[in-house]
Amino acid sequence: MSQDSSGPAILVEGLTKAFGEVRALRGIDLAVPRGTVLGVLGPNGAGKTTAVRILTTLLRPDNGRAIVEGRDVVREAAAVRRLIGLSGQSAAIQEELTGRENLEIVGRLFHLSRAEARRRAVELLAQFDLTDAAGRAAKNFSGGMQRRLDLAASLVGRPKVLFLDEPTTGLDPRSRLGMWDIIRSLVAGGTTTLLTTQYLDEADELADEIVVIDHGLVIAAGTAEELKSRVGGDVLEFTVPDRSRISDAVAAVASIGEGEPHADKETGVVNVGVGGRGSDALVEAVRALDEVGVRTKGLALRRPSLDDVFLALTGHAAEDEKALTNGRRGRKRASKDTAKDAS
Amino acid sequence: MTAAIALRNATPDDPGLVVRSRWAIIDTLTITRRNLLVWTRVPAYLVFTVIQPVMFVLMFRYVFGGAIHVSGNRPYVDFLMPGILGQTAAFATFGTAIALAQELKKGVIDRLRSMPMARSAVLAGRLVADTGRMLVTVLIVVGVGYAVGFRFSNGAGPAVLMIVLAMVFGLSICLIAAFTGLAIGDEESVQAFGLIWLFPLTFLSSAFVPISSMPGWLQAFANNQPVTYVINTMRALAIGGPIEANLWKSIAWLAGIFIVFGPLAVRAYKRAS
Ligand SMILES: Nc1ncnc2c1ncn2[C@@H]1O[C@H](COP(=O)(O)OP(=O)(O)O)[C@@H](O)[C@H]1O
Ligand SMILES: [Mg+2]
Repeated sequence: MSQDSSGPAILVEGLTKAFGEVRALRGIDLAVPRGTVLGVLGPNGAGKTTAVRILTTLLRPDNGRAIVEGRDVVREAAAVRRLIGLSGQSAAIQEELTGRENLEIVGRLFHLSRAEARRRAVELLAQFDLTDAAGRAAKNFSGGMQRRLDLAASLVGRPKVLFLDEPTTGLDPRSRLGMWDIIRSLVAGGTTTLLTTQYLDEADELADEIVVIDHGLVIAAGTAEELKSRVGGDVLEFTVPDRSRISDAVAAVASIGEGEPHADKETGVVNVGVGGRGSDALVEAVRALDEVGVRTKGLALRRPSLDDVFLALTGHAAEDEKALTNGRRGRKRASKDTAKDAS
Repeated sequence: MTAAIALRNATPDDPGLVVRSRWAIIDTLTITRRNLLVWTRVPAYLVFTVIQPVMFVLMFRYVFGGAIHVSGNRPYVDFLMPGILGQTAAFATFGTAIALAQELKKGVIDRLRSMPMARSAVLAGRLVADTGRMLVTVLIVVGVGYAVGFRFSNGAGPAVLMIVLAMVFGLSICLIAAFTGLAIGDEESVQAFGLIWLFPLTFLSSAFVPISSMPGWLQAFANNQPVTYVINTMRALAIGGPIEANLWKSIAWLAGIFIVFGPLAVRAYKRAS
């Protein structure tokens, strides 16, 4: 295998893809250094899966190019397939077959000998804490176990570059933490990883670098810290238990913040960036809210989260995590509640 | 990293045609084995593919059979069995469409296509496995037919040819099913769609009753559709009788289906997303 060991593991330039009228990707650039994790963060429909499918040779781009480990994903697709692992948005396992059978078949399709496929399956089942379930049909696995088996299947061929498309979407919080641990250990082993997520905390937790995409465009890139500094200082946040008073609260703190406040009508959470004026702003806010007679809970200053970054960049919030765990996937926070803050 | 090294050696950057063909065959067999394994694990599939045609045999033989009069002095069961066998082969393809739609939806096809295996193997393995499954089912139904009085009365050679024709017919429907499964990509819609075209085509044919017993307007359709040609040919092979015209029309239709739906299925697979 000849290989270009100097360049990045993944290089994407000017990538576009349209499905009829829908412009899923409108010119994406990425560079992922070897052994690092890139978090591709964006809401539903941002174009994450489309990008992953192009990088894993499943879809041809309209324009631009994508290089994985020095190989062009269109012209050298077969070579790319030998270097990558893909764990897609849903668990792509054969539910009627056992955990071990699933992995053995993948091994055979990677042209391992029967014995080798077997050994690799046993090894991966142990690594992913699935040994006890190895002989059971995968349909009896929990959601978390199915995702782990799917991830194990993507590692059978010992990929140099791993693509994880929303690895924790739909998992309960505990399985999600378990998945994070597994991904961290893989990354510690030096596998270059591109993971997409709608969860801001997930990108913060796992990724070295983050790109934020929205409507098929990269709207920001950097480390979690760099992105947070974009918000410019601290965030003042509080909850209004009486939802009918939210607009009063927003009006009261509007002049205190640097940007416009953002209110979530469902949860009653109001937040506003206050720059470097931390404690002064806190005192002013208490007074202003007291004056209009709005009761609040948990008024506090905090460091900006990636949520705030997303809001600042796009003018709308990313997928709401609580909405997701309540099974209302694909729903965004009503953007009419969202104050625009393009600057 | 021994596995990784073995892997690279096994699949060098640009393997020759011979190596590639060999892998295509091996990968197809792996996928075939996987599909057959899945089939044996799901009782519902067994019921749908084996029990259902057996019920049809028993029902038509003992419930409706007495009321259906066929020409000549043959027992109805001799008329019936070639029809049931044709229908069995055709209905076995529901499994093809449903399995492909499921695999597509769950991302199994994406996973396989992102791997360095032969790309043709997924579709080829599906067709080989389903043809094997179809053959097993057809043979079981022949056995049940024998138990209720059916006999191949035209000799062993034509009997084997009849089974071959049933398989070729089934495979042609399999291609249509593969195409619809991949193009529609949703298990339930695929199933409903299958019923919509396959049910009328098999029941409004010579499979279960003589066409002469149908009203005139229906005869016009039933007399001129491919399932009738194929089943008339199968019947002639099984129990004797004139064959020429039906045989050529069957071959023409089957060839047409292969030529049209083979490429369509391959294209739908390549585009599948
Ligand atoms: N095969 C397809 N046909 C038509 N539209 C598609 C297809 N795949 C994706 N899209 C559209 O492209 C946009 C981006 O989709 P996707 O890449 O799946 O986003 P994400 O993974 O970030 O949720 C969406 O508007 C989606 O509806
Ligand atoms: Mg997606």
